[in-house]
Amino acid sequence: MFGAGGGTSAYQEIEDTDLIILWGSNARETHPIFFHHLLKGKKNGARMYAIDPRRTSSVAWADVWLGLEVGSDVALANTIGREIIAAGLCNTAFIERATTGFDAYKAAVESYTLERGEQLTSVKADVLREMAHAYARADRAQICWTLGITEHHNAVDNVFAIINLSLLTGHVGRWGSGLVPLRGQNNVQGGGDMGAIPNKFVGGQDVEDPALRATFEREYGTSVPDTRGWHLSQMFEAMEHGELKTVFVLGENPMQSEADAKRTRRLLEGLEHLVVQDIFLTKTADVAHVVLPAAASWCESEGTVTSSERRVQRVRKALHPPGQAKDDLEILTLLAKKLGKDWGAPTAAEVWQEVQRLSPWHGGMSYERLEAENGLQWPCPTLDHPGSPTLHTRLWSDPVEGARAGFQVVHHSPPVDTLTDEFPLRLTTGRRLDSFNTGVQTGGYTSPLRHGERIEVSPEDAVRLGVVAGEVVRVVSRRGAIVAPIKIDPGLRAGLTFMTMHFPDEVETNILTIDAVDPKSGTAEFKAAAIRIEKLGVPETVGAGGAR
Amino acid sequence: MDLHLIPGATASAEERAAIDAAIAAVIGTGPGTRHMLLPALHAAQSCAGWISEGALNHICAQLSVPPAEAYGVATFYHLFSTECQAPRVVHVCDDIACRVKGAQGLCRSLEATFGPAGSGTEATWKRSPCLGYCEQAPAALVQHAGASPVEHTITHATLTVLETAVSTGEVPGPSGRAVPQAQGPRDPGLRLLRRVGVADPASLDDYRAHGGYQALRRALDIGPEAVLREIIDSKLLGRGGAAFPTGRKWEAVARSPVRPHYLVCNADESEPGTFKDRVLMEEDPFALIEAMTIAGLAIGAEQGFIYIRGEYPRATARLQYAIAKATRRGFLGDNIGGAGARFHLNLRRGAGAYICGEETSLFNSLEGFRGEPRNKPPFPVQSGLFHKPTVINNVETLVNVIDIVLEGGPAYAGIGTASSSGTKLFCLSGCVAKPGVYEVPFGMTLRGLLDLAGGVEGGRALQAILLGGAAGVFVTPDELDMPLTFEGTRAAAATLGSGVVMVFDDRVDLGDILIRIASFFRDESCGQCVPCRIGTIRQEEALHRLVAARTSGDRLTEQTLIADLGRVMRDASICGLGQTAASAVESALKKIPFDSRRSLTAGPEGN
Amino acid sequence: MNAVPLPFVRTVEVTIDGRTVRVPEGTTIINACKTIGIDTPTLCYLENLTPVNVCRVCVVEVEGSRVLVPACSRPVDPGMVIHTDSDRVRHSRKLVFELLGSSVDLSTAEPRFKADMEKYGAAPERLAPSGHSDHGAPATVQQPVKIDNDLYVRDYSKCVLCYKCVEACGTDAQHTFAIAVAGRGFGATISTEFDTDLPDSACVYCGNCIGVCPTGALMFKTEHDMRAAGTWDESRQTATDTICPYCGVGCTLSLHVQDNTIVKVTSPNDHDVTEGHLCIKGRFGWQFVQNR
Ligand SMILES: Cc1cc2nc3c(=O)[nH]c(=O)nc-3n(C[C@H](O)[C@H](O)[C@H](O)COP(=O)(O)O)c2cc1C
Ligand code: SF4
Ligand code: SF4
Ligand code: SF4
Ligand code: FES
Ligand code: FES
Repeated sequence: MFGAGGGTSAYQEIEDTDLIILWGSNARETHPIFFHHLLKGKKNGARMYAIDPRRTSSVAWADVWLGLEVGSDVALANTIGREIIAAGLCNTAFIERATTGFDAYKAAVESYTLERGEQLTSVKADVLREMAHAYARADRAQICWTLGITEHHNAVDNVFAIINLSLLTGHVGRWGSGLVPLRGQNNVQGGGDMGAIPNKFVGGQDVEDPALRATFEREYGTSVPDTRGWHLSQMFEAMEHGELKTVFVLGENPMQSEADAKRTRRLLEGLEHLVVQDIFLTKTADVAHVVLPAAASWCESEGTVTSSERRVQRVRKALHPPGQAKDDLEILTLLAKKLGKDWGAPTAAEVWQEVQRLSPWHGGMSYERLEAENGLQWPCPTLDHPGSPTLHTRLWSDPVEGARAGFQVVHHSPPVDTLTDEFPLRLTTGRRLDSFNTGVQTGGYTSPLRHGERIEVSPEDAVRLGVVAGEVVRVVSRRGAIVAPIKIDPGLRAGLTFMTMHFPDEVETNILTIDAVDPKSGTAEFKAAAIRIEKLGVPETVGAGGAR
Repeated sequence: MDLHLIPGATASAEERAAIDAAIAAVIGTGPGTRHMLLPALHAAQSCAGWISEGALNHICAQLSVPPAEAYGVATFYHLFSTECQAPRVVHVCDDIACRVKGAQGLCRSLEATFGPAGSGTEATWKRSPCLGYCEQAPAALVQHAGASPVEHTITHATLTVLETAVSTGEVPGPSGRAVPQAQGPRDPGLRLLRRVGVADPASLDDYRAHGGYQALRRALDIGPEAVLREIIDSKLLGRGGAAFPTGRKWEAVARSPVRPHYLVCNADESEPGTFKDRVLMEEDPFALIEAMTIAGLAIGAEQGFIYIRGEYPRATARLQYAIAKATRRGFLGDNIGGAGARFHLNLRRGAGAYICGEETSLFNSLEGFRGEPRNKPPFPVQSGLFHKPTVINNVETLVNVIDIVLEGGPAYAGIGTASSSGTKLFCLSGCVAKPGVYEVPFGMTLRGLLDLAGGVEGGRALQAILLGGAAGVFVTPDELDMPLTFEGTRAAAATLGSGVVMVFDDRVDLGDILIRIASFFRDESCGQCVPCRIGTIRQEEALHRLVAARTSGDRLTEQTLIADLGRVMRDASICGLGQTAASAVESALKKIPFDSRRSLTAGPEGN
Repeated sequence: MNAVPLPFVRTVEVTIDGRTVRVPEGTTIINACKTIGIDTPTLCYLENLTPVNVCRVCVVEVEGSRVLVPACSRPVDPGMVIHTDSDRVRHSRKLVFELLGSSVDLSTAEPRFKADMEKYGAAPERLAPSGHSDHGAPATVQQPVKIDNDLYVRDYSKCVLCYKCVEACGTDAQHTFAIAVAGRGFGATISTEFDTDLPDSACVYCGNCIGVCPTGALMFKTEHDMRAAGTWDESRQTATDTICPYCGVGCTLSLHVQDNTIVKVTSPNDHDVTEGHLCIKGRFGWQFVQNR
């Protein structure tokens, strides 16, 4: 809606803000160093609201906790929006000058009264009201989110709902006021920025724009398809329909990372040709026809990555890769050669010059500058441009430079996997401090914090189910069942359970999750499955559990 | 915050109840929850006799304090134990004045009977630094933990009394008198001590019958500005040791735009040989309360604190009672004297740490942190308690305020000398005929004061006097004509300090006394800064070697070493403790010929 | 960063060792000295931590001040006359080094430390003469090494009590408060609650305490083991900056590599993303590249 896919604020801005909303993010554990900046903001006097179904270690730092129902984020945002409008707290000047679509938005949120908001989210009406007023009245305010917003079947709607709030109040495009999506991996931002997404060239340039396409066709001397490609879930659908038969996987482990693991396995195993390029022999590589051993990009090769604050930073080679493993770039050029294209043997620096040439965001980021300035934040179009810690400052010029920002009408849509008598518990998933995704990397070191996978339940549910900490139970969803030991977490409300996917070899959590996918982003609804917990016949216990 | 408590540790019901009650008693007297830590730790300690993991967990959960920090605070104080220990502890003072009166012998006997200090499951004994009852030496403090904890001071302790205290917990009633001038024909010159032995310290009516609360009435009549004027005109200098003009402090805080303002009374009185504040608090508690109320009004503080050392059970009880009474009668609270003035007073106990008498350390302690001094500047008047503008004054300083308000600043300034106005309390102890607190106008000579106290006990020869406390200096018999004023002592390279005058006759083993002083500083260093943390222990070691004549090289090497240590401690330590830790030792080594420091005749210690 | 004076900041004039210097108001003495190339020894000071001014090795003489003042924390006053190399200053610095050297194992301390000791002619042995037992014997902070987890070890025989680890674990960065100073005086140590092992404490193994420790009291287990085996060799090590492979914050990691093996990880103090601090994954989660 702003025409650029990146967080709007530098991390340091949160140190200077007055109000922090941490939404669907356990940053204390998943983005610990960002949380340091957040804590500085708190120390400097910012008030903090945390929106999360679980009372996490991040929530523990908040002044106010909004413990909403899983998947009710749009309802919560719309209620806040309606209350801001109803209380006359909108930034009218900003809305008039810098936005479009306000009237439609206003009409759309009209039905989200505080009472209805409370019904849909389970957050008390007066708390919703308080946060609405505080956010609207704050001089500067930041909303930060992570996968709690994006791992839903309506992920993009969730993001739109949050952006709407920033437009309503003008909390965007100024130092200390902004939107901070925290990326789950070190180069999610960079991958997209470099064009590794179905609909963009490098620098967020639309493949469906004929003029841009022409530029790239000229540069590459080849034609570029005029429609966007498939995102991940569409690829799996295409596999399902037999349209996609050959897959080249670079540095991903879909076999364990995708929702509904049973289906993923069936589809990957059914491919005619699967090539996996990875630093490990992953579970996905196990079923591949060809495996290309790669060097670890962050320490065995040169290049750049881009962080959640749009900062492009250098990665450097500190180690020689083992055995036959090769640099990703080298593998690709060798492959091209086999396929009949001689790209020579470009260095990472040379490839970067191509990025500078083709992407206005990156034009001014020479390797020399990236070295000297600890990285640069895009857009940085020219060599004398300082980079852009804050995005969309243009919305504050009068008249607005470039396009206005548009409100997007979005509506509440509860999780696809509904709770029933048969599956009465909500399972939500997430990450722990010392582990990462499927644990392929973090499994490599001995963490004193690691206690294996457990299904975390509330004390109330533990009593109701008659289970104790450490007891191994069967966890059943509509897609399958696994066994796992119980951990009792007082931070969970009755009805809510929690697992991670850090130990897929021991407990395959994604057997349980649903692949209900957001049509726009392609992300699955990892955050909301419906399950039941069954006691096993013979009680066996594992470890002490419960302590941490 | 995301607190991590000690896995699996829970408090007993008694501990929980005691802690919760302590928290309830101080809730709201300061910002946040951290300031309730010390009272909560006290409750845990006096309930179980130690601070258990479970009790610490409960405290941390209630106050949102990380356990490692709370543990760091608990282990800072002598009176807290973080290991299970006997519920009954007899703390036997083996500090200088008590040493002169045979404390070492008592400790040795206790060790023979009950085993080493700290041993025993039901009861135990420990050595203690000065307990502030030097005039009735030797002294001991008995603490009995439990549902209704009791604490008593034993004075003029004998072995029989101490043994009974350890084995049965029974202690004799209070003995002895602290103010010789108030006995027999009263000295008409008494001002600060005028009510001692005359008015009942537990009776507000009696206090009023003896002139109490007239000064507050006048202060309310003339208003804060005029009170401030009187204090400035009085030229009152602080009696806590630093002799800073009180009026300047008050004015700085009164004028500060930063709010709130705080008033703190420094009643930590832990300087060895000092007991004057104790006498004021025990004998005339309402006077301190009235003085603080006036000060609070003058500087615009609505909340005051008295921070009293943990070893003063009687003064604590009397003050607590007096505060409650004054509050009930409207002399404290939201509408003082019906005049709409507001001042609340809260009593906080230290827990065995001399350093907490240093003003910034006291703030940290009261705020629930380790009692480590802060670097100055900023000074308390800018950033003091809870980092707000704060006036901190000594008990004696404050009690002077009453007369100043009643008779006016200029009249007060007429007492004493031009640069040292008013009267001064001196604490006489050691080998003196009539030990106790003496009040004299500034300007009397040391000799005059010694004569007032009946001279050296038993008419023996004077060896030396420790003037100003452990942080003070030794003076010799040929310096007795030194006038007791701030300027007079300064000119003689001495100090009045906290008013300590400790007398040593010719039988006292001064080498032993010096080592005791050095070990006092080693024990009491907060440990923050290198010069003091390591310097004090090296000083003690070098003294041991020097005194035992077991020096590695020649005596000169050790003396150079001691001088080098003294210099770095004085120059580079953060606070007054380190800065003065070598003062007494250096003065003794300089002034008193080495050989005379070891007495040949068997003294009280020579058994 | 305080290095860039903003235009509206007032400046003050001070005299340092006879030279007149104009610096922005609020500049600390140490930074004022830096502007004219005067180097000040420090131990408890680090640009990314709040000054605690406890080690006193940075003291300077300020005219009119009864005692020496810590350069690391004291802001300059207009007209201040400062001496950084007077007899008093040299004496105090020397003695501080001697006091530490006589009680703490400084064998793995930052190289800077040893150089400064030499510069000031510190001779710690004279404070700790041998051949004494009983009361005259010099005390040290010697105690057994604490090895209670696979990631890092704590050897408090090497601790100078600079408080840096406590600050990094506390309000200056990590806010975990797993460690604090306990006890007092010469007996003061860095400790968890009841001196419990780290796995029972609040520690989250961010290693930020290791990152700031100037003496090697806190040390990667890898380094500790290599030193024990005699294979630790800094002359064969390289340090390469790269970006952490985990979450999207983008922390800079300095990989210290010996023989094509990562032996420890730090982060630059002057980087405004990390300010030298990391989490467990970035600090310790690199083993996987070496398990292939
Ligand atoms: C180590 C040390 C201990 C001190 N102890 C006390 C004390 O017990 N009582 C006291 O009033 N002042 C004590 N002081 C002095 C205080 O820091 C402070 O100067 C005093 O409370 C100010 O009050 P005044 O101006 O009324 O003297 C101590 C100072 C140091 C350095
Ligand atoms: S001088 Fe001693 S008591 Fe004072 S701060 Fe330093 S270590 Fe602590
Ligand atoms: S590793 Fe991190 S959490 Fe643990 S003690 Fe060190 S700074 Fe604190
Ligand atoms: S462990 Fe290291 S960082 Fe911590 S106080 Fe000791 S020397 Fe300083
Ligand atoms: S009470 Fe023993 S020395 Fe003061
Ligand atoms: S560096 Fe200044 S006191 Fe330690």
